[in-house]
Amino acid sequence: MKKYTNTGNKDTRSGFGAGLQELGNENENVVALCADLTGSLKMNAFADEHPERFFQVGIAEANMMGIAAGMTIGGKIPFTGTFANFSTGRVYDQIRQSIAYSGKNVKICASHAGLTLGEDGATHQILEDIGLMKMLPHMVVINPCDYNQTKAATKAIAAYEGPVYLRFGRPSVANFTPADGAGFTIGKADVLTEGSDVTIVATGHLVWEAIQAAEALEAQGISAEVINMHTIKPLDEAAILASVGKTGCVVTAEEHNRHGGLGESVAQVLTTNHPTPQEFVAVNDSFGESGKPAQLMEKYGLNAAAIEAAAKKVMGRK
Amino acid sequence: MSAQDLQAVVSQVRRDIVRMVHAVNSGHPGGSLGCTEFLVALYFEQMNHNAKSFSMDGVGEDLFFLSNGHISPVIYSVLARAGYFPVEELATFRKINTRLQGHPTTHDNLPGIRIASGSLGQGMSVAIGAAEAKKLNKDNSIVYTLHGDGELQEGQIWEAAMYASAKKVDNLICTVDVNEKQIDGSTDEVLAMGSLRAKFEAFGWHVLSIEQGNDLNAILATLAEAKAATGQGKPICILMHTEMGNGVDFMMGTHKWHGVAPNDEQLASALAQNAETLGDY
Repeated sequence: MKKYTNTGNKDTRSGFGAGLQELGNENENVVALCADLTGSLKMNAFADEHPERFFQVGIAEANMMGIAAGMTIGGKIPFTGTFANFSTGRVYDQIRQSIAYSGKNVKICASHAGLTLGEDGATHQILEDIGLMKMLPHMVVINPCDYNQTKAATKAIAAYEGPVYLRFGRPSVANFTPADGAGFTIGKADVLTEGSDVTIVATGHLVWEAIQAAEALEAQGISAEVINMHTIKPLDEAAILASVGKTGCVVTAEEHNRHGGLGESVAQVLTTNHPTPQEFVAVNDSFGESGKPAQLMEKYGLNAAAIEAAAKKVMGRK
Repeated sequence: MSAQDLQAVVSQVRRDIVRMVHAVNSGHPGGSLGCTEFLVALYFEQMNHNAKSFSMDGVGEDLFFLSNGHISPVIYSVLARAGYFPVEELATFRKINTRLQGHPTTHDNLPGIRIASGSLGQGMSVAIGAAEAKKLNKDNSIVYTLHGDGELQEGQIWEAAMYASAKKVDNLICTVDVNEKQIDGSTDEVLAMGSLRAKFEAFGWHVLSIEQGNDLNAILATLAEAKAATGQGKPICILMHTEMGNGVDFMMGTHKWHGVAPNDEQLASALAQNAETLGDY
């Protein structure tokens, strides 16, 4: 099994900040908007270097989404920044009408997604955002797995014409994808390890956990194929079907409600094309709560151990 | 354009509005008729715009955003009469496969429409974004909006109003159609909003009023005054007092024609009150 090395824990939100900073220097049409969370979103560098293109809108996310939509009229490429909850649920109708239905080239960049926000608790830990965003026609939904990939994704979405939801998080996690972003293409799944017994399709923070699970399974003689599904929409159906064609079963893993998430999208592909046993590593129709990120991920069954157990279970259903 | 010519356009647009909603027995004639003079003044006199070669970005042009999208009949008619698309297309309003959706949309690439609207309260934010983009592009054109007064009950309007003054978005002229009516009754009955002038002034806007909001000369004079007030550090609000259903006697003085189409007899009466000046579609 191919080995991956953690080059040092980093937060994915800093990957966003670094990517945005580079974009600011490379593309004068890139503008950034923030709803009073500049530091949390790591947008300070862009704001400091390009104050004329940084728009502090205050605690008014609905207005921020509308302004972003309007800025595209005139050729700007707006990146909005706030927490995932306030980037989606709070402003769903603004995104739906002024951005998605209107086909505006807005990049909705959302930090602190999922349980790993930690101590702030359920009001801030959205576990429904992937579902909300993937239901909007033509919305691209991306959940990169580490710092390097978040930086690469940030830069890639600027070059893509159309609305995008980019989801990332707060905690420092393993950074293991190439520093130059090689291998990241919107809509193209990244097969991290090749295997023959079980497919693990993971997104976001769960990708590193999936690699850990695959290593544990390998030690037990089980060959797992790990796919980093950073783009949830459009979903790389060919990669999923090719993999389950070899393995005959699949585990999906995500820091999200099992309703509306990556697993549901994968299940739709499989039931339509190649009915396959599937287990879901996801939050089971629940809100989150306060606690340390690792504690929460364990309590809600979102870690390597949970993926390993799900893999064994689904193999038994073949 | 002379006052007489503008009035002729108004008459034709009123005919278009009632014919469009009658043809599909749906749509919103009341607010459309109330804002006919304003939109004719805007598109046929006030704005610098290019109807013949529409571009989404509108660089170097004044832009207009209709925030209260339900009065789509009037904007469709005015856009068609101004030359954005063939007037014959007005016959497709609200019909299957039309570009003239019940509420305006960019989805079908209808020239003249730059944002979808219908869900209320969003247009001021969008206009601010477009105005900020114009400033970045060093484009001295002006961004205009139209809102219903009932629409001001949406919270996003006040987020946008706060931003526009705080950030000195002074290339923006927002007009409120103060007809004092909404679906369930008068605005005072549904949710009284107090003094709109005091509210916008408290939010830091330069506020103008048009007491006779269906008088072309009054509208033109105030629009000119508003334009002269741009570039001075404040967004501009025009409180335009209109008569809902103006120009069709049985639709005036009531909120009941907000979203109701006339029957055959009522259509005949409405058309008899408004001369065919430019040719029906």
